[in-house]
Amino acid sequence: MSAAVAVFRRELRIALRRRAEWVQPLVFYGIVALLFPLGIAPESPALKVFAPAIIWVGALLAALLGVERLFRADLDDGSLEQMLIADAPLALLIAAKLAAQWLLTAAPLVLASPLLGLGLGLEPGPVAILFWSLLLGTPTLIFTGGFAAALTVGAPRAGLMLPILVLPLMTPAVIFGGGAVRAAAAGLPPDAPLYFLGALLALSLTLLPMAAAGALRNALG
Amino acid sequence: MWTWFHRLASPPSFYRFADRLAPWLLVSGLLLIGWAVWLGLFVAPADYQQGDAFRIIYVHVPAAALSLSIYTAMSVAGAIALIWRMKLAEVAVVSAAPIGASFTALALVTGMLWGKPTWGAYWVWDARLTSELVLLFLYLGVIGLQQAYSDARMAARACAWLALVGVVNVPIVHYSVQWWNSLHQGSTLLSAEAIANPKMAPSMLKPLLLSMAGNYLFFGAVWLRRMQNGVLLRERRAKWVREIALPADLPNARPLAGGPGTAKRGDRT
Amino acid sequence: MSRLEVHQLVVSRGDRVVLDGLSFSVAAGEVLHILGRNGAGKTSLLEVLCGLRRADSGRIAPQPETRERHWVGHKNALNPSLSALENLQFWAALNGERLDDPRAALAAVGLLKPQQNRPSGQLSTGQKRRAALARLVAVPRRWWFLDEPLAGLDVQGLALFAELLGRHLAGGGAVLVTSHQPLPGELPSLRHLDLSAAA
Repeated sequence: MSAAVAVFRRELRIALRRRAEWVQPLVFYGIVALLFPLGIAPESPALKVFAPAIIWVGALLAALLGVERLFRADLDDGSLEQMLIADAPLALLIAAKLAAQWLLTAAPLVLASPLLGLGLGLEPGPVAILFWSLLLGTPTLIFTGGFAAALTVGAPRAGLMLPILVLPLMTPAVIFGGGAVRAAAAGLPPDAPLYFLGALLALSLTLLPMAAAGALRNALG
Repeated sequence: MWTWFHRLASPPSFYRFADRLAPWLLVSGLLLIGWAVWLGLFVAPADYQQGDAFRIIYVHVPAAALSLSIYTAMSVAGAIALIWRMKLAEVAVVSAAPIGASFTALALVTGMLWGKPTWGAYWVWDARLTSELVLLFLYLGVIGLQQAYSDARMAARACAWLALVGVVNVPIVHYSVQWWNSLHQGSTLLSAEAIANPKMAPSMLKPLLLSMAGNYLFFGAVWLRRMQNGVLLRERRAKWVREIALPADLPNARPLAGGPGTAKRGDRT
Repeated sequence: MSRLEVHQLVVSRGDRVVLDGLSFSVAAGEVLHILGRNGAGKTSLLEVLCGLRRADSGRIAPQPETRERHWVGHKNALNPSLSALENLQFWAALNGERLDDPRAALAAVGLLKPQQNRPSGQLSTGQKRRAALARLVAVPRRWWFLDEPLAGLDVQGLALFAELLGRHLAGGGAVLVTSHQPLPGELPSLRHLDLSAAA
């Protein structure tokens, strides 16, 4: 367990020294949220309808952007080798890494989402649901992205592979996340999609680190 | 049973086994498909609601069923490859993906063609079409991942991981899009009640079942052939491959890519 | 565990067999200098012994425990944003090792305080190598697997490495090392394993 804590703290420390890298997804997220209204007519009621989708797809893209470099630096400098042969289970170390990644790139985005939601014209009720859906859903996005990053890190020609791998895996989270907000906006109970998001969260927190560990071992061996 | 299984898993005996089996699968598959097409297009009556448009089910339904079956088969092969580190299973994973992608694309295209007369649009965000589209992307992911690696073994094992995670994801995607939106007509075939008490007229049902069987056999033949190719490529330095691929008296009968490591191999002539 | 036996080891990289039936043994107090041309499988051999790579077949007995072996690959395992000290502390925490005096370990490999605290990305190649070797000093472990440890070391660095090696062997440790240059210092228990020659 202390090894996982060490990985978590190391990630935060590195991020503090290289602010540009984790601020980038946030700026990107903000820009996406800003450009959508510019593309749609201002004061258009459509904006309100699209708001959940805009915010959720923005979150997804931001998660993708941040996750790509997740294992690359550790692979290049050899730290990944040391993690592979450490006594601690690799899946746990990966989970710690992804948790740190979530805290750095997704948590601020979750916190900023009410502001964006209100800015896009959502009512306070749906905005609250938006917040909860992102809180439940973004770890799933990050963990899925982490799995895909583990799959591609050993591939010299990975190039644009990551989005193709990740997007189909992320569709359920986006559907339920956007669905919860739509339900709330339509005055329906959003519980069901939120529960689904919770179930996805449980699945991805438990299974994906193990799959990522297997993929990483394969990519290095 | 186990010894047979083990023997089959060795590349040369698999190669010979597939060589014998594939032609039978191919011929019987094509015959069944041909029979089904004849029955389906010329013998079966037109549907009272959909007219002749319904006849596309003889392509659409088998393709859709295969797209899911192949993904399942691929992930089972992936699990075998990862758990028992069996080379043949690795080959099976990467050889299944392009076939699966083709059937998925076929199911999508025929679905769209069918959608136009019945729903009035080529594309609707219907649950099954959407999940089929996601499935296509999953297949493309496997294919792309395989090509991103230069090492065939690593590539196959990475694909196996992706296939495993994907197979957990497929039902989730399916139910999530279903919850999200559905106008697709329910399955007429797959339920206990439907089998006991078929909803389709026998003259319509028979060609469908024939076409299904034919397509599965056809897939089996193509899969075996692709696996044979994969095995040959993987084992291109082994003696048995060179015996098959190169007649002994050919002047350039040497390994295809002789890295330094091959100098030590005992199987050189 | 005073002897490591490797029996009929077969290792492939991709579809290329790099080690085909390799057998040897190393005893405590010995240095095994692994030689061979590029691509002969030196790194692959060490990776298999460390558990980083899987052998196709063969036997390693006994496979050294995680807590009994050091791996210094040709990559230094230093995150460039973190200092040498922080990297060492992270490595120790990752392995559940308690470091009483990490600074002393770094000083022992010739990294003084300013170099200990600077982001390791700013260190020279030789200094980075030293920072990686500091792990050997910081936590005593019996088996050392070193992949090209001399790369980038200056004359003082080589002398320092010789001293480390001598102390480790005197304490009953064993070293398996790949290097394209001869190992520095007096090594009475030095043996060679030439992978290019091995059939």
